[in-house]
Amino acid sequence: MKFSFKKMWTIATKDFKTYFTSPIAYIVIAGFLLIMGWMFFFNLSHFNLQSMQFKQFGGKGTSISDGIIRPLYGNMNVIFLFLVPFITMRLFAEERKMQTIQLLMTSPITLGEMVVGKFLSAAMLVGTMLLLTLFYPAILFIYGNPDFGPILTSYLGTFLLSCCYVSTGVFFSSMTENQIVAGALTFAAGLFFWLINWASQSTGPVFSDILDYLSLIQHYNNFSQGILDTTDVIFYLSFIGLGLFFTNRVLDSYRWRS
Amino acid sequence: MIEVSGLTKIYGQRTAIEDLTFTVNKGEIVGFLGPNGAGKSTTMKILTGFMPASFGTAKIAGFDVFDQAIDVKRNVGYLPENPPVYFDMVVEDYLKFAAQLHDVTKANLKAAIDLSLEKTGLTHVRKRIIGNLSKGYRQRVGLAQALVHDPKVLILDEPTVGLDPVQIIEIRELIKSLGGAHTVILSSHILPEVTATCQRIIVINKGKIVAQDNIERLTSRMKHGLVYQLQVKNSNSSGIQAIQSISGVKSVTNENGKISIEINPNQEELRDRIVDVAVHEKMGVLEFSSEKLSLEEVFLSLTTQETNVGGQS
Repeated sequence: MKFSFKKMWTIATKDFKTYFTSPIAYIVIAGFLLIMGWMFFFNLSHFNLQSMQFKQFGGKGTSISDGIIRPLYGNMNVIFLFLVPFITMRLFAEERKMQTIQLLMTSPITLGEMVVGKFLSAAMLVGTMLLLTLFYPAILFIYGNPDFGPILTSYLGTFLLSCCYVSTGVFFSSMTENQIVAGALTFAAGLFFWLINWASQSTGPVFSDILDYLSLIQHYNNFSQGILDTTDVIFYLSFIGLGLFFTNRVLDSYRWRS
Repeated sequence: MIEVSGLTKIYGQRTAIEDLTFTVNKGEIVGFLGPNGAGKSTTMKILTGFMPASFGTAKIAGFDVFDQAIDVKRNVGYLPENPPVYFDMVVEDYLKFAAQLHDVTKANLKAAIDLSLEKTGLTHVRKRIIGNLSKGYRQRVGLAQALVHDPKVLILDEPTVGLDPVQIIEIRELIKSLGGAHTVILSSHILPEVTATCQRIIVINKGKIVAQDNIERLTSRMKHGLVYQLQVKNSNSSGIQAIQSISGVKSVTNENGKISIEINPNQEELRDRIVDVAVHEKMGVLEFSSEKLSLEEVFLSLTTQETNVGGQS
């Protein structure tokens, strides 16, 4: 069946707007910026102190990339792990609860267009949040000369990683009509895929490689160092795609059962 | 316009609808009448392509609801039992969303929204947030959503539930005015509701079609009296004539000892007389029972009165 970008976009914009007509977007964005600002400030002052101490002893100290960029965006990933469930939990759960899903299901739109549209609306909110943090690197560029590469890859990596959470969130939201359940499961699954390689130390070589590969955060390491590896990009994209595919299956079976 | 044949839906062990067959012609307004839980909503959900059937086929405007679901959905406007409205959206934004989902082109968008607002009497609330509207208005927003893409077929599940009497009359007038240009199926468990709006009624009970006819013929069937079934060993003609001559008995038919006796309504006491006569004529009574017309059974379980105005029919 043909995939209509127009229909997908109709869904995406509608849900994106809903974030802003409800308090969700404002609360999530405000909380996010508050924590990020706090972290950036202390990262920066700690880095300043450290650089001065190094200078006293004639050393060079760490670079801005290692001292500020890497911890800052690493922390940002943790915050997204917490916040994305709040963004995605309503996407399908509320449609199911309010039965507005009947409108979508009886409209000439495919499940694929619906699912990708929903995903995109949340991904766009994540993107908006990332855009709002651009003034941290801007400050760094004004008062210093950080490397451009790691900033760029950090943004790309953070966005892709957050989109993995979004995809997980869309999936769990489609499974239930209870938003809290959807949110809690999203958070648990996100955390699980983050920590999955903890087990790799106690397993055999092959299995530990697999676990390392499956770990969401393991693939972020390259991005944080300014390295763009297609393996990582492909991993994140397949993770997102798989989540959306499962969502599609869940909605299809919902149709048969309801 | 709508062709349904052998439609069956089974949920696990429970059969929701069984072997439904009917057709609806272009421009007709057909009422789907039945008590709660008869399978009206299930049928409608299948017709809209929301839910697949277990067996049987349904075609709308020539498209199969399962194989050509997208084409069907483009031609159908659907108002579910609970209007599928987003409480945090503004009325006109919501209609715009519904119209875009249903392939209304950009050039026609504004006109389509204006027309559906006007038809449903919502023009003065177009800038309001749906969640702040009363239930009656939300119902109308739901109806406007079903109309916005000017569909060939309208499927309305209990369209007047929760409305006040004045609104009920308005919505009924609106539905009547839609006939001709649109083909309409509406469901209801209120008899006067369908008699007020529909040309033809399909009565459904426990998942089966009990009757489908136009209103005059159905009501005349309803006015028929009770039928008793008498089974005897020897159906001699003198006995039959004796039963026939009891005052109050309308007609007697005999099929090899199976005698159907139709009596005038409200004369249940005739039972004793009939049995007396049969015994007296030495017919050898084997069985005596009253045949409940299934149609009547259904009608009895329907709400035949409305607590408010509008039930003048």
